[in-house]
Amino acid sequence: MRGAKSAKWVAGAAIIALAATACGGGEDSKSNEGAKGAVDPDGIFSIEVGEPQNPLQPANTMESNGSIVTDAIFSQLVDYDPAGKLEMINAESVDTTDSKLWTVKLKKDWKFHDGTPVTSESYVKAWNWAANITNAQTNASWFDGIKGYADVHPAEEGAKPKADAMSGLKIVDDHTFTIELDAPLPYFAYKLGYTVYSPLPESFYADPKAAGEKPVGNGAYKFESWDHKKQIKVVRNDDYKGLDKAKNGGVIFKNYTTIETAYEDLKSGNVDVLRQIGPKDLPVYRADLGDRAVDKAYSAIQTLGVAMYQKQWKDTDPKVLQGLSMAIDRDTITKTVLQGTREPATGWVAKGVLGYQPNVAGDVTKYDPAKAKALIKEGGGVPGNKIFIQFNADGGHKEWVEAVCNSITQATGVECAGDSKADFQADLDARDAKQVKSFYRGGWVLDYPVNANFISDLFRTGAAGNNGFFSNKDLDAKIKAADTAPSLDESVKAYQEVEKELVNYMPTIPLWYYKVNAGYSEKVQNVDYAQDGDPILTQVEVKK
Amino acid sequence: MGRYVARRLLQMIPVFIGTTLLIFLMVYTLPGDPVRGLFGDKGADPATLAAMRHQLGLDQPILVQYWEYMKGIVLHFDFGTQIASGRPVTDVLGDAFPVTLRLAGMAFVIEIVLGLGLGMAAGLRAGRLTDNVVLVLTLLIISIPVFVLGFIVKSVFAFELGWIAPNVSNDATWGELVAPAIVLGSLSLAYVARLTRTTMAENLRSDYMRTAVAKGLPRRRIVGVHLMRNSLIPVITFLGTDLGALMGGAVVTEGLFNVKGIGGTIFESIVRREGTTLVGLVTVLVLVYLFMSLLVDLLYAVLDPRIRYA
Repeated sequence: MRGAKSAKWVAGAAIIALAATACGGGEDSKSNEGAKGAVDPDGIFSIEVGEPQNPLQPANTMESNGSIVTDAIFSQLVDYDPAGKLEMINAESVDTTDSKLWTVKLKKDWKFHDGTPVTSESYVKAWNWAANITNAQTNASWFDGIKGYADVHPAEEGAKPKADAMSGLKIVDDHTFTIELDAPLPYFAYKLGYTVYSPLPESFYADPKAAGEKPVGNGAYKFESWDHKKQIKVVRNDDYKGLDKAKNGGVIFKNYTTIETAYEDLKSGNVDVLRQIGPKDLPVYRADLGDRAVDKAYSAIQTLGVAMYQKQWKDTDPKVLQGLSMAIDRDTITKTVLQGTREPATGWVAKGVLGYQPNVAGDVTKYDPAKAKALIKEGGGVPGNKIFIQFNADGGHKEWVEAVCNSITQATGVECAGDSKADFQADLDARDAKQVKSFYRGGWVLDYPVNANFISDLFRTGAAGNNGFFSNKDLDAKIKAADTAPSLDESVKAYQEVEKELVNYMPTIPLWYYKVNAGYSEKVQNVDYAQDGDPILTQVEVKK
Repeated sequence: MGRYVARRLLQMIPVFIGTTLLIFLMVYTLPGDPVRGLFGDKGADPATLAAMRHQLGLDQPILVQYWEYMKGIVLHFDFGTQIASGRPVTDVLGDAFPVTLRLAGMAFVIEIVLGLGLGMAAGLRAGRLTDNVVLVLTLLIISIPVFVLGFIVKSVFAFELGWIAPNVSNDATWGELVAPAIVLGSLSLAYVARLTRTTMAENLRSDYMRTAVAKGLPRRRIVGVHLMRNSLIPVITFLGTDLGALMGGAVVTEGLFNVKGIGGTIFESIVRREGTTLVGLVTVLVLVYLFMSLLVDLLYAVLDPRIRYA
């Protein structure tokens, strides 16, 4: 009933819009007239984005609300195409012979938005500043691996830096610099596409705080204004020299209190692009939006992390974990409880990443109650015959955690309960303090599209993302070997072998890959979503 | 009178210190670390964590932190800065309060006008049809949760009839705030109506009313001066504390209608463990409560001649 009514409304609005363009068309737009989806190259569109948590400094932005804005304002040396292939953006070339010493040549005529040229120093100085412990940037650890990092960022708490600059960064001339690493890393060039490796203009250092409020970058969009908690506006950078020049006039990042209100505004035409649809609207959004509804997988995975330090798992046969994994009916849960917003995982590396291999976990991610029971029995049973899944109650995880628990209990008879933490902070606290009872909900969105990002950064002993404190000497050695492989291809292959072996250790139980469930308004077209789940802003075309 | 007000103002100081300290300690004892929270699933290296904590002064003992914070507020009207964004809390307050004041003010006016009106209509005709209709109406409002009411208002007036935009835009104009103000004020409206009705019905039977009628005073004066003045005392008490509740407790309504006010900011500060923001917001709310209760007490003297403040 309501659907029918609102469709009528939309039709009415469309007619008015057509009439309006017919009147105001004028002479200059005659060439485009009549063509379906004629594009206004200067059109500005809006997108739902929450208030960024941090100031807009590239090295200080980790959460998604801030990074989508900094990514629009800053361009890095390289970027990836949708297939995960490397593209040169600000760099003319990034070369290496031994994967240890990298030579970066910059394109010559690039300028920051304030008109100053982008030089080798813009990069080197920015990286040294970001890595320096006294500046306390959240993304500082990204520079770990560059020679001299420990001097500017000592590992001891409270220690003062021994140097101002990393010795591994050397400026050759205005448009060339070299990066020396502590050890060879074949996929280092891929890391350079992350926001933290952005250049900074000289004006930044005078007042970094003010620069975070009014960032000056080198990217496809120029920052215009930030009305806190309301909106951020960026406009097209006409001098932009990169491949990803904006096909629209600018973007307004609009803040909404809830995703439900944003969806209502999408339907009434007050916002053009959404990044996600709330659970309330998921059942209807395809019907509401038609072919403007988006349903696409992106490179992120949700897992059950295993608290390896607990007595329950310390000496337990991984077969038990395999059994538990087989007791989870991923197909049904993703279709029903999660309403098709996820796709069952078949391995540890997410789709769309270099080195992704389908079905790497084999039977272990297939639902098979009989085999699950047998495996658990073979492995000596679940100690205590009871497991807990820790999750944060503020993230909408309760429903699927319960479904997973029910599935496990029904299939194997192992008791299972959700262990709810009030919010994400409390959840993280328990993970860091080694207080997770048996499992925790883990999520991982790619940083760079190489499979190493899903293995080395999660399962290596002491890796920051290794919240389950999984540690295995064999695996560490193999990761190290993969990291030091002579070429990128060989490194990716070596990591593929590591992924194949993960099934014997089960450091986490893969659950499902994330999907983008979103939509856009009739005002825009050519809306696509990148591997990190964010819309590709520069490609969006605003209709006349 | 003047001495009474001065005494009351002085009493606010310990209340102010007590409440802020309590909230400061409560935020501190909540599990979860705001600095660690910035890193999410990705994990953080301890050195960066320590450096950030040091810059924010979070590595100091809690009482020292509180002392520094209070010094800032009292001496420079400086509420500190937010942990994540580094924005001054006064800016955050300045963003959120105007909208909330407008929303709460409108809700308050609706509440007084409609609540008192309905209450008087019911009280003067106690036991008759008007009274019963108001009773049913107010009970209905009281029994419907706010978010249900908000949802109904939205789907009827925004989606079906198309009279209003479903959400408040960034300008938050008066016109856009009408619907959320009605939703926000409705519950209190019902309470005000019930309170007014009961006290009026009661006072109608009191001796001084009979005297007034016997003196042959006009009905307007009997109801307007004699009856209303006495009946309003409990209603004023309720209204006084309710303004604070309307400002701080509008989380649900604000979320539903996309209003970026105090309620949502308080909620967000709790989730992100932004202690300084939270204490700043609550400090202002505490001040609002304190002044409103002083105002209410002073109004008692106006309404009831038997009450005198030395």
